[in-house]
Amino acid sequence: MSEPEKLRVCALYPELMNIYADRGNLLMLRRRCQWRGIAFELTSAGIGEDIDPDGADIFYMGGGQDRDQELCAADLVEHKRESLRAAAARGAIVLGVCGGYQLLGHDYQLGARALPGVGLLDVRTVRSDGPRLTGNVAIEVDLPGAHARVLAGFENHGGRTHLGPQASPLGRVLRGHGNNGSDGYEGARQGSVIGTYLHGPLLPKNAWFADWLISSALGGAALEPLDDELEELAHATARAAAGL
Amino acid sequence: MDTLPAKLALSRAVGLAARASGRGGGTSLPGRLLLRLDPQALHRLAAQLTQGRYVISATNGKTTTAAISASILERAGRVLVRNTAGANMAGGIASTLLAATRNDGTLNGDTGLFEVDEFWLDAVTEQLEPNALVLGNLFRDQLDRYGELESIASRWAGVVDGLDAGTALILNADDPLIADLGREHSAAIYFGVEDDRLALATRQHASDATHCRRCGATYLYESVYLGHLGHYRCPGCGWQRPAPAVQAREVTLHGSTAATFTLVSGQEERPVSLSLPGLYNVYNALAAAALAVACGIELDTITAGLQAATAAFGRAETVELAGLPIQILLVKNPAGANAILQTLALEPGELDLLAILNDNIADGRDVSWIWDADFEPLVPHVRHVVCSGRRASELALRFKYAGLARDRLTVEPALPRALDIAAGMAHGRLFALPTYTALIELRAELGRRGAVLPYWS
Repeated sequence: MSEPEKLRVCALYPELMNIYADRGNLLMLRRRCQWRGIAFELTSAGIGEDIDPDGADIFYMGGGQDRDQELCAADLVEHKRESLRAAAARGAIVLGVCGGYQLLGHDYQLGARALPGVGLLDVRTVRSDGPRLTGNVAIEVDLPGAHARVLAGFENHGGRTHLGPQASPLGRVLRGHGNNGSDGYEGARQGSVIGTYLHGPLLPKNAWFADWLISSALGGAALEPLDDELEELAHATARAAAGL
Repeated sequence: MDTLPAKLALSRAVGLAARASGRGGGTSLPGRLLLRLDPQALHRLAAQLTQGRYVISATNGKTTTAAISASILERAGRVLVRNTAGANMAGGIASTLLAATRNDGTLNGDTGLFEVDEFWLDAVTEQLEPNALVLGNLFRDQLDRYGELESIASRWAGVVDGLDAGTALILNADDPLIADLGREHSAAIYFGVEDDRLALATRQHASDATHCRRCGATYLYESVYLGHLGHYRCPGCGWQRPAPAVQAREVTLHGSTAATFTLVSGQEERPVSLSLPGLYNVYNALAAAALAVACGIELDTITAGLQAATAAFGRAETVELAGLPIQILLVKNPAGANAILQTLALEPGELDLLAILNDNIADGRDVSWIWDADFEPLVPHVRHVVCSGRRASELALRFKYAGLARDRLTVEPALPRALDIAAGMAHGRLFALPTYTALIELRAELGRRGAVLPYWS
């Protein structure tokens, strides 16, 4: 027997950045660890709280309402930016979904003013006057060691995100809008930092990606397979809803 | 020249033709045509409702609040023109008024009672010029369609600002987003629950409106009843829950069938026995009672109307299918689902469920919300659940991750087969939890099997 494994997840602003049922993502990670006998520890960091860069294997930030996102943007810069950078530098996974993705970039331009981001991803987001990009979405990804290539979900964002040279897209849009509705890419990846507009939530629709995150966060550990009949059905249904 | 009668006749004929063609579902078609022909038609028709025009909106409980209000108002002698849940946007309301218009252009009714979709409240209120506006609650709902909660709250603030001075404003004191709308309206009438025994240990996960819209501070709660409804105050600007003029005290919930409480209005009080379950329906009853108080109706009439009120379309209504009672509980957003799940968990014995999740436009195409709803407290009470609908598998996954054993779950997307399985497995009763379009399908299917009358009759 190897030493007991433990996955430590830190949810950033779970009270504020949770608008698209981000709790579902955390629940997937928890259960899929528990079912394999991997200990699971969930901590959280809210407004005004500092974080320990060594305190978690995955840092998660979901989406929020405009006002809440603004509060969090300011707080991230003041209290968490340096620690998150240090965490990412040592290889911890930082996953931002929707509003959380936007705040992992350099900034989010809202007309004349801008919300600051933490700059972990070389991306910039601009609020568009055009319609929100809303609907079912499917993207093709190529992640090291992953056994699947399609992520399905739902997107609903007013911002258009554009990648700089340091960031790679998370995937290629198969169906839906993606980062900005024009360049055919979705999400961003830079080292162990990942951002995506896919919610719905993301992980229940893509159990394989939940496992990829768990495995990567535990240093590439091979995971015991689970009975994923329902998970695969849900994934197939989400893909079909996106028209794939 | 006033051509309204001609426009009415044409719109009506088109509606009849559409219905005769058997396409069904087009409740709002004649009304939409009428509004195209005459954008002021709502205003002109509603002006004939001389005894009053009452508008009800909320994320959850519009239909039931309207049904309870109707029970009271009819008892008070009013002849109502009222819309149905499926017709709560401008076109549907115009259709309702059209259907109530006689050939000579006069209305068959003296009082208008309209439930209005949250998003249409501004446009409809402007046309109807209501004598009373009842606002029940705001919860996150169908973000892909409605957008963020705060944007709805801001739109509603605009509606309230634009009301005539004479319009009675009836607000839920326990919902901070709603109560806040009355800050500049000294005559606002508040309703709320006064019963500390009902308080939950913590706010539920799907709680919204944690921040004061005025100053941004986080509300402090003394007690929480349902979602973010409760007794609260803002530590920033000092605003606190207004004292409600119409209250429910000594609330007792009787499983999925009934609730009793003491209704307090001013110096008077009456015991009320409601044939509707759950605290959420106590709130709906209070909203209806407050509207009736604003209309000057006596408390005895109000009490009688409350007690006579029965479940609205798909809202805790019970139908029998070959001797099996099936209670239908519409679920459509996290807060509404939580209220239902909480109420179901009060039922004694193990529960057999038929849960149906669709992702059509009227359901919200984004099914994220099921992960925000608290299925966990219900799981220990579930004997078996058949998951159906377009997103049956994800709903089953939600139950699985809430802790339900796999052998207690069946996935059958096709509703007729799912109903067969669920009815076959049920031990004496079945609870159906459909989303909106699934409710329409379920009732139609039950109708085909002789259980209830079809929607159209």
